[in-house]
Amino acid sequence: MTGPGPAPGDDRVHHVEGEPVPRDADAIEGDALPAPGGQLPVVGPVVRFLDNRTGLVTFGRTALEKVFPDHWTFLLGEIALFSFIVLLITGTYLTLFFRPDGTQTIYAGPYAPLDGTKMSAAFSSVLALSFSVEGGLLARQAHHWAALLFIAAIVTHLTRIFLTGAFRRPRELNWIIGFTLLLLALGEGITGYSLPDDLLSGTGLRIIYSITMAIPFLGPWVASLLFGGLFPTTQIISRLFIVHVLLLPGVLIGLISVHLLFVWIQKHTQYKVPGATEHNVIGLSLWPGQAFRSIGAFLLTAAVIALLGGLFEINPVWIYGPYVPYAAAVPAQPDYYVGWLEGLVRMAPNWQLTLFGITILPEPFIPGLVVPGVLFTVLWVWPFIEAFITGDHREHNLLDWPWEAPWRAATGAAFATIFLVLLLEGANDVLAAWLLIPVEDLTQFFRIMVFVGPVVAWIVTYRLARARLEHGTKPIEPLGGIALRRNATGGFEEVHDRAAVDAALGGGGRK
Amino acid sequence: MTAGMEREPARYRGPRSVQRTTRIERRAELFVGLLFFATILATLGLIVSYVIGANTQVDGVLLAIALGGIGGGIVVWVQYLMHTPTMIEARHPMQPNPVAEMSPAQAAMREAESGFTRRHLLLGMLFASVGGLLTAIAVPLFSLGPLPNGRAWFTTAWKKGSRVVDVNGNVVHASQIPVNGIMTVFPEGAPGDAMAQTVLLNVGPGLLQLPADRASWAPQGFIAYSKLCTHAGCPVGLFRATEHDLMCPCHQSTFDVLDGAQVTFGPAPRPLPQLPIQLQPDGTFVALGDFPEPVGPAFWNQTLGGGA
Ligand code: HEM
Ligand code: FES
Repeated sequence: MTGPGPAPGDDRVHHVEGEPVPRDADAIEGDALPAPGGQLPVVGPVVRFLDNRTGLVTFGRTALEKVFPDHWTFLLGEIALFSFIVLLITGTYLTLFFRPDGTQTIYAGPYAPLDGTKMSAAFSSVLALSFSVEGGLLARQAHHWAALLFIAAIVTHLTRIFLTGAFRRPRELNWIIGFTLLLLALGEGITGYSLPDDLLSGTGLRIIYSITMAIPFLGPWVASLLFGGLFPTTQIISRLFIVHVLLLPGVLIGLISVHLLFVWIQKHTQYKVPGATEHNVIGLSLWPGQAFRSIGAFLLTAAVIALLGGLFEINPVWIYGPYVPYAAAVPAQPDYYVGWLEGLVRMAPNWQLTLFGITILPEPFIPGLVVPGVLFTVLWVWPFIEAFITGDHREHNLLDWPWEAPWRAATGAAFATIFLVLLLEGANDVLAAWLLIPVEDLTQFFRIMVFVGPVVAWIVTYRLARARLEHGTKPIEPLGGIALRRNATGGFEEVHDRAAVDAALGGGGRK
Repeated sequence: MTAGMEREPARYRGPRSVQRTTRIERRAELFVGLLFFATILATLGLIVSYVIGANTQVDGVLLAIALGGIGGGIVVWVQYLMHTPTMIEARHPMQPNPVAEMSPAQAAMREAESGFTRRHLLLGMLFASVGGLLTAIAVPLFSLGPLPNGRAWFTTAWKKGSRVVDVNGNVVHASQIPVNGIMTVFPEGAPGDAMAQTVLLNVGPGLLQLPADRASWAPQGFIAYSKLCTHAGCPVGLFRATEHDLMCPCHQSTFDVLDGAQVTFGPAPRPLPQLPIQLQPDGTFVALGDFPEPVGPAFWNQTLGGGA
């Protein structure tokens, strides 16, 4: 499955049946294979210690020699992973101080403007985090910035996968997992945003409650069970908390592991770079190049988040104040990843279907659940839709350049346009104030654009891609430099020229 | 090993057996060293900052330097000082090759398996029992919340004779609301209540165009509407006096105050319910009853009324 590893009978491994294992095996260094990392200080001895007792290194060698292609767009998914790790770390720090408690208390703390105000214990603990806990505000803001980065990285990562056709067989399942991860991340964002129980988050919850109530026939039951009764309830914060810090992170960790396992098993796709074929992987081995680069990239991502969290104020809940059901913040803006949903809900016409006194389709149901559901379902199962349309069910390991599949690029652009228009409509009040246009006119404009925009985007993108394609792609240059090829015993040997590469791989080269 | 090499494109750096230190490498070494040194300084700074109680900005910058120093150092190190060869690995189709013949072990396993799959009735009962078990486990989920058929879903705390109070529970006096004034009010005993929240507006006499049966509900241009948006439940709080309309800050549903809060724009599907009020001789208000219809966002049986 993972290619030929060192054969059991590898002549470098001496093993004689029945021979007693020497007691102080650590002393016999010559017997072990030179371990990756074996030359490093601290790491080296530890690796040797472990290897001599478990054989882990011998096993791990194949893993560490695994080849990963190199392209800046392959970093996007990594950035998503790194932001998630930062979220786990900062989030854990927050749980030590945050109180998931909706009980009303009277504030008496260092933030004078809210002194004596009635608020939930949860909101009060967020104020404490922001003003009293050392590093608390940094952790809160870093957590929030990391959340924004996390979702942005997932979206750009999925966009890259989409435009290059990396989701094609055999990787359809991993697209579905990746898209599910996006949904879970959105869930994490929404539940986290709702935890502080400030005016903005409470208003958001009120809207979510109302959309849930609007589910035909089941709505009131579902809403009551989820929230613990009629809005506003005291239980909701503690319920969101357990979803936010345990359930969703647990599922995320599990699915991310499967996601990476699949990348491992199926091997990374690669761009059409010199030497690349459907039957090989050209790149750097995991150890040491890619491993160190990834560690470095993780720390750099964390550094950027620390900088954002330290210097740029985000979600200053003390300015919004605690949630009260009869007040609203103006203008109210959700985080951007919810903005498109907000736009949908804002632009929807006020139609609802009522028959014999029964409201069959309460208004918020279609824009709040059906339309997002349809948009996401189409994207979610896209690999199968595309294979159905093109009839192409072959395995693909070489990536398309975006223009090589004009109608796919066009469809991607159309989807992007829909989400962009919705996102802008979600900020219609802010834009209207900015552009000095009545907000009603702006909404009418976006109502038209959400249909016209994607069509225009489709045609323009299609034309551009066709033009680029007909312009002709550059012939692929021959492979330069030195390449190493993994041989049957798991070792590497040098390959000198293209013909040899192709012949050795038995792939017959590219067209 | 490097024999016969052409000019290497930058992407492909071959392995080198002869380690020479070039000028670029020496500079890279210096740079990496400086980055790691910056990390050491920044971590010291972070500790000092904790002791003297510094602020978020300083901590953020120091932490960024500390993390970025190691991260940047490692990346530069790999990029310039480590000679990572490009490698080629073969890949194989994911679809397994069909096997011509079953091994005896496989045959035995298949045989054992059929002892399971053959017994359709038992299998059916197994699935049914698992389904039953899951259902039984799921039933207690109903204790997560009350069934939504209580009066609270359909009625509010307003009753005939409820005095109109403000958010602090103080009785509201007509003189507190000038023409084009607006105030958020509640029934006495429930200030701040989410369902009963109401806006009391003074549009002045002679402008209102209410249906005949509701005209008496708005004495002297004072008119009260539910503050709970019929779209998604936000508090409808923006009163645009010149247009005489109420706008919801959430999705801009707009209600015509003069015309019984008919919807003139936005996603709200129905008008805000109007509260019948009466102006007392002492200038205070009382309600003549609850809202004539349920307040707030739509749900399927909203207009059918509650069971309990
Ligand atoms: C995908 C992962 C996650 C995302 C997108 C996310 C997002 C958010 C957001 C946007 C907030 C609001 C922050 C604010 O106050 O401005 C938040 C709060 C919070 N998060 Fe997360 N989070 C994630 C994972 C976690 C994890 C793994 C934990 C804990 C183990 C956690 C613990 C918390 C806590 C305790 C709060 C409330 C404290 C506060 O709001 O200040 N989060 N989260
Ligand atoms: S809640 Fe009022 S317009 Fe949506």
